[in-house]
Amino acid sequence: MAITKVASPKDLDKLQKQCQTEQDKHKRKLMVCCGPGCLANGAAEIVTEFKSQLKKKRIKGFSVEAMKETGCHGFCEQGPLVVVEPQGTFYTRVKKKDVERIVEETLRNNKVVDDLLYTAPDEKTYRDYREIPFYKHQKRIALRNLGHINQCDIRDYIAVGGYQALAKALNKMSPSKVIEEVKTSGLRGRGGGGFPAGRKWESCARLEERPHYVICNGDEGDPGAFMDRAIMEGDPHSVLEGMAICAYAVDSSEGYIYVREEYPLAVQFLQEAIREAEEYGLLGDNILGTDFSFHIKISRGGGAFVCGESSALMKSVAGEVGEPRAKYIRSVQKGLYDRPTVLNNVESYANVPVIIDRGGKWFAKIGTETSAGTKAFSLVGKVVNGGLIEVPMGTTLREIVFDIGGGIRNDRPFKAVQTGGPSGGCLPDDKLDLSVDFDTLTKAGSMMGSGGMIVMDEGTCVVDVAKYFLKFLVDESCGKCTPCREGLYQLYLLAVKISEGMATENDLDKMEQLSGVIIDASLCGLGKSGPNPFLSTIRYFRDEYLTHIRDKRCPAGVCKALITYEVDAQACDGCMACIHACAANAISGKKGEVHTIDQTKCDKCGACFAVCNRHAIKVA
Amino acid sequence: MVHLTIDGTRVQAKEGEMLLKVIKQLGIDVPSLCDHDAVEPFGACRLCLVEITKQSWDGWKKYVTSCLYPVEDGLIVNTQAEKVVEARKTLIDLQLARCPGSPEIQQLAADYGITQTSYEPKIDSDNCILCGLCTRICEHMGFAAISTVDRGPDRRIASPLDEPPPDCIGCLACAINCPTNVIPYTEKGNKRTIWDKEFELITCSKCGRKTITRDFARALSKMRDIPEAYFEVCDACHRAETATNMGRIAGWSRREEAAS
Repeated sequence: MAITKVASPKDLDKLQKQCQTEQDKHKRKLMVCCGPGCLANGAAEIVTEFKSQLKKKRIKGFSVEAMKETGCHGFCEQGPLVVVEPQGTFYTRVKKKDVERIVEETLRNNKVVDDLLYTAPDEKTYRDYREIPFYKHQKRIALRNLGHINQCDIRDYIAVGGYQALAKALNKMSPSKVIEEVKTSGLRGRGGGGFPAGRKWESCARLEERPHYVICNGDEGDPGAFMDRAIMEGDPHSVLEGMAICAYAVDSSEGYIYVREEYPLAVQFLQEAIREAEEYGLLGDNILGTDFSFHIKISRGGGAFVCGESSALMKSVAGEVGEPRAKYIRSVQKGLYDRPTVLNNVESYANVPVIIDRGGKWFAKIGTETSAGTKAFSLVGKVVNGGLIEVPMGTTLREIVFDIGGGIRNDRPFKAVQTGGPSGGCLPDDKLDLSVDFDTLTKAGSMMGSGGMIVMDEGTCVVDVAKYFLKFLVDESCGKCTPCREGLYQLYLLAVKISEGMATENDLDKMEQLSGVIIDASLCGLGKSGPNPFLSTIRYFRDEYLTHIRDKRCPAGVCKALITYEVDAQACDGCMACIHACAANAISGKKGEVHTIDQTKCDKCGACFAVCNRHAIKVA
Repeated sequence: MVHLTIDGTRVQAKEGEMLLKVIKQLGIDVPSLCDHDAVEPFGACRLCLVEITKQSWDGWKKYVTSCLYPVEDGLIVNTQAEKVVEARKTLIDLQLARCPGSPEIQQLAADYGITQTSYEPKIDSDNCILCGLCTRICEHMGFAAISTVDRGPDRRIASPLDEPPPDCIGCLACAINCPTNVIPYTEKGNKRTIWDKEFELITCSKCGRKTITRDFARALSKMRDIPEAYFEVCDACHRAETATNMGRIAGWSRREEAAS
């Protein structure tokens, strides 16, 4: 099909109508979630199966085109997900063998396949996903299109009003009006810094030096975080549109999206989206027939965590080693190639079209006074409903963990929730009623970060958590400055010492002192927030640290040097499962007789504990 | 010109000048390991940390590395604030843990009253403090033959793939400027070896002294547009020749006078 360029807002309206008509042809649509979680669980296979089944069975009134591969729908825990719209019929954990039933029963006979519906832990079954608590408590702005449109089809995006905000900005608003609108919205950087986006744009726009650059930070590096990935893979055009609006506001004609190499799908979909948008005249030269031109290139990063830091990111885009520089001169002034640069993250840009479309005031009403709008989180860990969520700022941690997340798995007690990625912090249960917004989390010793949220239960040891994140930061420190390179490493060694029961209380003081120096003396944000995993856990869980130090005991039963595995003679039925599982040959005993563990041989791998169905292996 | 106060002394400085330079001009002892006049400030060792504030900041204080911080009007700098000295001490302690065998770091530590690191010392340390002066100077000279590789505590200075660096010209700028003298090189006859690469040293055709490496001469000849033959004679002999020539032009050659 030959594509004519969209040369005016009228053209865009016409195209939108045309795309809507295409969509309306399908009375029903079948959405197969192809987000990262569902793909990992075999969504690609399900798509292929649907295609072949639909071809074979020829359902009346349902064409193959009405089946769409979409971005992340959110409820990753229950994936792969299949949704029939507009009814919202929601099938969970779909397997290849279920496809034929969905086609036959739901698509041909309009019936629901009951056993594929979602059943909540309270045994209640839901037909429409919108009723499920996981979805009911959410409000989606940045993730508005995820799961509802085909991520690789610009016509799907245009049908739901895509690029209308750009058209509005270009034709009805001056650049300064656009900045004013973003300032009114109160949008703050979603990458973790929380700097007001409007103010950033304004300072860039004011600088006379040219060219100006617009960069999108897609270097999501926090372990367990996948919000930006989901947006780039599930709704790439919203990012492009947001960037184009920003470029118009700050008078830039060149933009970059920095994506980590570990996100090949994001790179592929963004590339396709850029190509499509250029074909339609919605990016590139003379956008929408105006004299505004904006080109976006993709810059692929090697996956270094530190490259999420603005100055390191810009160095990496410029082809140099991704190392931060001192930012006594801000990157808005001297950014990429030492030119004025606006850098925002994926989620920030995805919010922009909505702000322009519905107005800054509308956006500012959502959320709290100082943190407007919504925030996407990837909710992971020991929570029942893991997945991708978006809630208004000001929602409490309790609402997120318990109402949306459905509480802790296996009804175990809640221990802490870790927010803000490796440099964030752990918040205990008495902080559960804190409102989730930039300022409250920072005050509580954690931070918003880019939106990773890891829920921990009693089986998690805070020393082990601190150790894990410190190790991560040690490995990811670029090594340029002494406090971060050597300081974090020594801090990690001291944490190891505690987990091995070799530390004294003096070591805790030493760690606190060293942390202070690392914060004051480090060059960039990675180092300056590096001691946080230790500082936030010691703040709320000092007793647990002291138990490791004084009693040489790990209450959670995690720190290997401080625990022993023992067989509970009452519970053991001599099934020999643990004996087979033990790689160290430390367990002996005959079938039907109580087994014993030779502590001198045991390497505490925990395989026996995991394999015993009778819970006869005890951690002491 | 901007006016600022450093440790109670009011001083003037040129706009754009870095704080450390002004501090050093005052003769104040602020240690720094990675700063060098020949290259851009880098901010790796962090020892030149100082406390800054302004009247208008309402008591708020900031800690910055002075090598990278441009002077500002009205800045009040404290180079010996308690927190700064404590941080400096900790940083030196950390460096000593990394380079327990470096006499330079041992001396610096001793100056701050540290005789033994309170942290876990590195085993088999190469005693490199990773100030990056060698790589920055090499890059500044236009060769970039060596660079830093790896991340975090594993960071080190290396040649590409740890093989003799193809772009190295054997100029020794890296080794001479290393503040802890940990870049080894050897000279034997007319051979110089550095970074496992062997270079031929030019013998001065006049006095027989060893001069620069053949590779260095070639590079200079290309960069400065000087005939390669020029480097067959050492600097001292070139100077002597120039002096003789100038004297001849002026007509006061001593030897000629003596002869007449």
